[in-house]
Amino acid sequence: MSSVESTPASALAPVRKTALNAVHRQMGAKMVDFNGWDMPVEYPASIGGGIINEHMAVRTGVGIFDVSHMGDIRLAGLQALAAVQHISMNDASRLAVGQAQYSALLYPQGTFVDDVIVHRLGEDEYLLVINAGTREKDFNWVRDNTRQFDCAVENLSDDFTQIAIQGPKGVNVLQKLTDADLSAVKFYWVTHGTVCGLKNILIARTGYTAEDGFEIYVPSDENTSARVWNEVLSAGKEFGIVPCGLGARNTLRLEGKLPLYGHEISDTINVWEAGLDRFCKMEKPEFIGRAALEKAKAGGLKRTLVGLEMVERGIARDGYKVLDDGGREIGYVTSGSPAPFLKKNIALAYVPPELGAVGTAVKVEIRGQGVAAQVVPTPFYKRPKKT
Amino acid sequence: MAYPTDRKYTKQHEWIQASGSTGAVGITDHAQEELGDIVFVELPKVGAELAAGKSFGTVESVKAVSDLYSPASGTVTAVNENLVTSPESVNKDAHGSWMMKITLKNPKELDALLSAADYEKYVTEEGGH
Repeated sequence: MSSVESTPASALAPVRKTALNAVHRQMGAKMVDFNGWDMPVEYPASIGGGIINEHMAVRTGVGIFDVSHMGDIRLAGLQALAAVQHISMNDASRLAVGQAQYSALLYPQGTFVDDVIVHRLGEDEYLLVINAGTREKDFNWVRDNTRQFDCAVENLSDDFTQIAIQGPKGVNVLQKLTDADLSAVKFYWVTHGTVCGLKNILIARTGYTAEDGFEIYVPSDENTSARVWNEVLSAGKEFGIVPCGLGARNTLRLEGKLPLYGHEISDTINVWEAGLDRFCKMEKPEFIGRAALEKAKAGGLKRTLVGLEMVERGIARDGYKVLDDGGREIGYVTSGSPAPFLKKNIALAYVPPELGAVGTAVKVEIRGQGVAAQVVPTPFYKRPKKT
Repeated sequence: MAYPTDRKYTKQHEWIQASGSTGAVGITDHAQEELGDIVFVELPKVGAELAAGKSFGTVESVKAVSDLYSPASGTVTAVNENLVTSPESVNKDAHGSWMMKITLKNPKELDALLSAADYEKYVTEEGGH
């Protein structure tokens, strides 16, 4: 037996560790190299783990994730808004203090430096949360492209241990540990409060699971990090909390069609192809990438991101070829996996727009065989609206 | 995990249990543990001719795709169809979940495989990779 993991190990860079690394190892987590980070992929079945269990815990109860590998860039100063507007595609002028939005940093050609969450923390203060694998690239990009503004750019990536508490019961767990009134924090809003006795902690109602949940940013020293992690686990016990690794994080985000850098978005894929139109505000007079996107729109799309569901037996994986009904290669899978909650084999793929309509029959080439699939509506999973 | 002594093991984490001229083949408990939740098993057709060390099928977990390698040469006489509908059985009982049975072309091939004790030593020392 020889395995091919979906997440390639990067052999060259030295392995980086979050402040919770020892905790994960103590819990018996299976560790993998993710973009140069030594991260838990799943926890042992003996403590409720395993990708399927972890995934289901987040959909039906609550899970806790160490996402400290994510990076953080703070922009503050009189022209912070102008700087954010210049480097990101969404409209940050619409953010009230305490509000967050999904956005992206673009190259002049309209392709992705990275996708980000922009939080407005104060009148002239913004926090960009960025991906682990693009930390240095993103920071350099933001610093270099905001020099003309009266605005300080700080890399706070190593200052925080970022813990995600995700799932419908996440609010119940975190409320036990904080004086902040979480019922007053709407999805994609933030607040500050005392958490586990730590004052003035950033609490954001955000996540990467297509579920309700919170992300808290605590000081990154090992003792504090481990204490908070363990207190969340204890507080979550009555709600059946499960520690979750990157495996479940990936299947959860895939069910919700949340893009992953290097897969659905990259420096060669543009905003229209990725279908992220609603986060790209062309009514903004200027931002990096805007001119190219205007041209690209006029020129028409060459490929579009679609959702696939396997019709025949087989699992589409990242990089597999997509074929038309006649067996001609038309595109490729960006992310593919069994979907634990939906109990289907799903994938995201780039195909020509004329073959992207819902219901179109296609094939995915699996070990040399064309296996039937069809284009389905996305997101595959949408969380139930609260009544 | 104690590895049963009634069979032989490969460094690719398969086991083969011989009974007369027939060998039953599966993957080890260490293998299922490394893979995680197994969701898909693809097995050869009855009648297929296999060479030792060549791929006979595929096992997939949520995260990983793995080739299965035949510990010995022979002809496939049966495949375990239960695993097609319930692949998670391999996680629950890897040493009880045979995947295929083959008529051994050359039973002496098994002499070159690892004993339970040697296999256990191998996965402990190598981390199984």
